[in-house]
Amino acid sequence: MNEEEQNIQDEQSSPLQTPPSGGGGLGIIRYGAGNIFSLTAALERLGIAYGMVYTEADFEQFDRFIIPGVGHAGAAMDKLQNTGLVPKIKSLTKPVLGICVGMQLLTSYSEEGDSNLLNLFPVRTLRFKDSADYKVPHTGWNKVFPEKENILFKNIPSGSHFYFVHSYFIEYDQTYTLSSTDYNNKFSASIWRDNFYGVQFHPEKSGKYGETLLTNFSNI
Amino acid sequence: MSTIKQALSSPFRGRGGLSKRIIPCLDVANGRTVKGVNFVDLRDAGDPVELAWNYSQQGADELVFLDITATHERRKTMVELVKAVARQINIPFTIGGGINEIADADALLNAGADKISINSAAVRNPALIDELAKAFGVQFVVIAVDTRINGDKNIVHLNGGRIPTEKETLDWIKEAESRGAGEILLTSMDHDGTKGGFDNKLLKLVNDTVHIPVIASGGAGSVQHFVDVFEQTNVDAALAASVFHYGEILIPDLKEILRQNNIEVRTLAS
Repeated sequence: MNEEEQNIQDEQSSPLQTPPSGGGGLGIIRYGAGNIFSLTAALERLGIAYGMVYTEADFEQFDRFIIPGVGHAGAAMDKLQNTGLVPKIKSLTKPVLGICVGMQLLTSYSEEGDSNLLNLFPVRTLRFKDSADYKVPHTGWNKVFPEKENILFKNIPSGSHFYFVHSYFIEYDQTYTLSSTDYNNKFSASIWRDNFYGVQFHPEKSGKYGETLLTNFSNI
Repeated sequence: MSTIKQALSSPFRGRGGLSKRIIPCLDVANGRTVKGVNFVDLRDAGDPVELAWNYSQQGADELVFLDITATHERRKTMVELVKAVARQINIPFTIGGGINEIADADALLNAGADKISINSAAVRNPALIDELAKAFGVQFVVIAVDTRINGDKNIVHLNGGRIPTEKETLDWIKEAESRGAGEILLTSMDHDGTKGGFDNKLLKLVNDTVHIPVIASGGAGSVQHFVDVFEQTNVDAALAASVFHYGEILIPDLKEILRQNNIEVRTLAS
């Protein structure tokens, strides 16, 4: 399936989509990587207005953005490059949240596909080491420990569980790690620099705390 | 020092804070749950979405829906079910039953399913696993294996354990992993329905052999059976149906006992 078909299919399977109601909403950056049905369903449940961003002009309609993504980081970066939106994304001053591979795209480099990425964070995305004790992908609910004060984790106790599914992780960094999780090694469960945020877990699948995090992002 | 020793000898050593998962399984046909569901506080026990929501509130970590619809409308009813679940439920879920080709999986992914579970279609056409993993990533592909002892060997069975295949269970699981399975859902047909406990011997063998998550299924009858399966095999998750549907085991109670046994489980938002 090519990207265009993928986009069309996503549209058809997303009857929940609502047009932005004159600003104040959350724009989901669409570049053909990953399914967003569960994310938009969560936003619907939470009453967070959202719409889709396909072109540079679309950015003006929203005051915060999510970069979704599942699958291969290198392939996702290629798709993002093809949209021509990369310079615009890098220049954004409104809040931006990358989820899973969407977060990894914010880093400088991924071992997945030996890929250079957006470099909004000078940290790398590495593969979990093979080991008998730690299965890869890291799949399931793990504890997240905020390391800094930030509204993103407001009303979320330290050590709360979030749902992860990933084989690559963002290295721990004292400057940019917002919260950490331990799986074979300590890694960045979330990152933060100025208006840019990323979460490795899936807030839309992480129960009540995941929903709290999405609500918090909508209030930044 | 003794704490360190204890930690080093724990079967859960080396998991970070990763929780063991508890997974209720719902059988559905034509968009309705089938087989006994006996919750006192459900308005409509046949509504899979209401049941799923109820389980998510109780602290289930994940859900599996097994669609046994047997009509040519199957894909459409499955897609509708998956969309309805994805709209309401904030935990991951897997859908299985009659997924035979990439197009089935694609439709379910776009409807919001986190994973698909493949059983007989993969046995008949193992290359399907490679195709699915390549198209959607290994994290999307759960291989369900129904096993039964034949003579002195564990043999893969089809059609709910009725039809034996040529494949030995451990060999098939290893092949599935090498082809791109992201997780194994192993059901012992000898234990299923007995309420006598999981097949811990086989589960340990499988869990020690593969490097992907393993879900134990078949035989859950008491809370102790869940403690046993995690302590004795270190599998990643345990699945059950009737003990949850009939309210014989309540998930909050189960998790409390697991926690008392030093088994890492997810704490719910209060």
